[in-house]
Amino acid sequence: MNPINAVLRRELRSYFVTPVAYVFLVIFLVLAGILTFYVGDFYERGLADLQPFFVMQPWLYLILVPAITMGMWAEEAKGGTLELLLTLPLTLWQAMLGKFLAAWLFVGLALALTFPIWITVNYLGSPDNGVILAGYLGSWLMAGNFIAIGACLSALTRSQVVAFILTALVCVLLILVGQPQALDFFQGALPRRLINAVAHLSMLRHFEAISRGVLDLRDLLYFLLSALSWLVAGVLLLDLKRTH
Amino acid sequence: MIETEQLTRCYGNLTAVDALSIRVEPGQVLGLLGPNGAGKSTAMRMIAGFLVPTSGRAWVCGHDVMREPLLAKRALGYLPEGAPGYGEMTVHEFLQFIMRMRGLKGEGGYRRFDAVVQQLQLEDVLGLGIDTLSKGLRRRVGLAQAILHDPPVLMLDEPTDGLDPNQKHAVRQLIDVMARERTILISTHLLEEVHALCNRVVIIAHGKLLADATPAELEARSRYHGAVSFSAPGGGIAQEMLGRLPQVAGIEIDPLDGRITVFPKPGERILDAVETLLREQGLEVSEIQLERGRLDEVFRQITTGGVTATEEPA
Repeated sequence: MNPINAVLRRELRSYFVTPVAYVFLVIFLVLAGILTFYVGDFYERGLADLQPFFVMQPWLYLILVPAITMGMWAEEAKGGTLELLLTLPLTLWQAMLGKFLAAWLFVGLALALTFPIWITVNYLGSPDNGVILAGYLGSWLMAGNFIAIGACLSALTRSQVVAFILTALVCVLLILVGQPQALDFFQGALPRRLINAVAHLSMLRHFEAISRGVLDLRDLLYFLLSALSWLVAGVLLLDLKRTH
Repeated sequence: MIETEQLTRCYGNLTAVDALSIRVEPGQVLGLLGPNGAGKSTAMRMIAGFLVPTSGRAWVCGHDVMREPLLAKRALGYLPEGAPGYGEMTVHEFLQFIMRMRGLKGEGGYRRFDAVVQQLQLEDVLGLGIDTLSKGLRRRVGLAQAILHDPPVLMLDEPTDGLDPNQKHAVRQLIDVMARERTILISTHLLEEVHALCNRVVIIAHGKLLADATPAELEARSRYHGAVSFSAPGGGIAQEMLGRLPQVAGIEIDPLDGRITVFPKPGERILDAVETLLREQGLEVSEIQLERGRLDEVFRQITTGGVTATEEPA
């Protein structure tokens, strides 16, 4: 546990020493506010819930999460610190988990700082706070998935820009894949079973289910397994790099 | 102890390290010497567990670096090439991070931290960011990082690169002090370093081991080993007289400063004979010197000779 903790603390500290943390927090909070209150028609809907807030979250993560994860391994590879880190007594798994958890906790913090929106909705009406809590949980799980994807793809390259673009690309695919428009596009070309299977890969579908307050074990499993798979792939990539 | 057995690493068609087998015992300071691109860093990276060997094995303190990586890494202090560090951290934060990674804490941990900081004279820079450090300071921080856990085996990739002569001296003294009970492997392309630090030298080029000897043995391979050199105004006469000595194989005069070098026949000692002759002739000589042998010449001979001898047809 000790090395994971050490890596986690180092990563978190590096967010706050460099402007990354502050830029992220400010943009995340400002955009979350704008998207909720202006784009999401928070007031006009006349409903005491946070749906407009949660609906916009995937799109926020799409831009902001790759910005946190792009340097995770790419920067270490470029700066030579990867050699230092991997010759310290820790396993690749511990290094990966430490970095992943640091980013995940950080996004958790950003999410927690949106509490004024929650206070607002409680002040204006009497929402179902259980549903809101589920929404937060779903959002955090989704962020964890984006981070796991970013962590994996950052291990692929020395270039942070490449890592950013690849991560954003994979994330947008995973958001869009379940949308009716995307599914319609493949309607004729692919068998129905396959389309259904692909639709289940959609992050949005599982996120929307959770944020409506329906905590289905399958949705939770989807997020956990998917994040785990990306982390495993990232560790394998790092290991492969030592051989080639 | 460090041991490698047929350690090999290929990058595509290029063999960076070619069946390298070495064994370094406690108390030894082994200098891994070779031209740039000879495979020194690649070999060290495999021993440190950063790179996976294409074939062959390596052990640190008896722990196989592939099968028991954590045990091997705990026993090893490693300074990677270029002394990398996390730029945004201060020296203090960085060393604390290493301590946490190494599981050093409590009273003992802090005492060790203070001792290392003092040894490497880092007291005044603890608050500075690693990014802002000069090359020499960075190297010292890298060394501090490597010795924090007081490892039985130390591996340093070009430890004095970028240091000024005073800092080099300080680092060499540190290595000297640490050398007594430890196994130390350093890589360098500085020949002076070999004299100052190592009691054993391994020369590699193109990934192959070409020589394994003490610095003195290497010097003895030099053409200059046992030669006598001096400066004299009337060099011409001396040259003729010396040439008649039975032990002398040849005489050369440096075209730049006119310094005369007298080469002995194999196994002969000529210093006394040369001195006696010069005195008898009443020649005024200055800076008469018995040559130990020139490492740079031997190095060149081994590494360039090695290429032609071992180069395989493509």
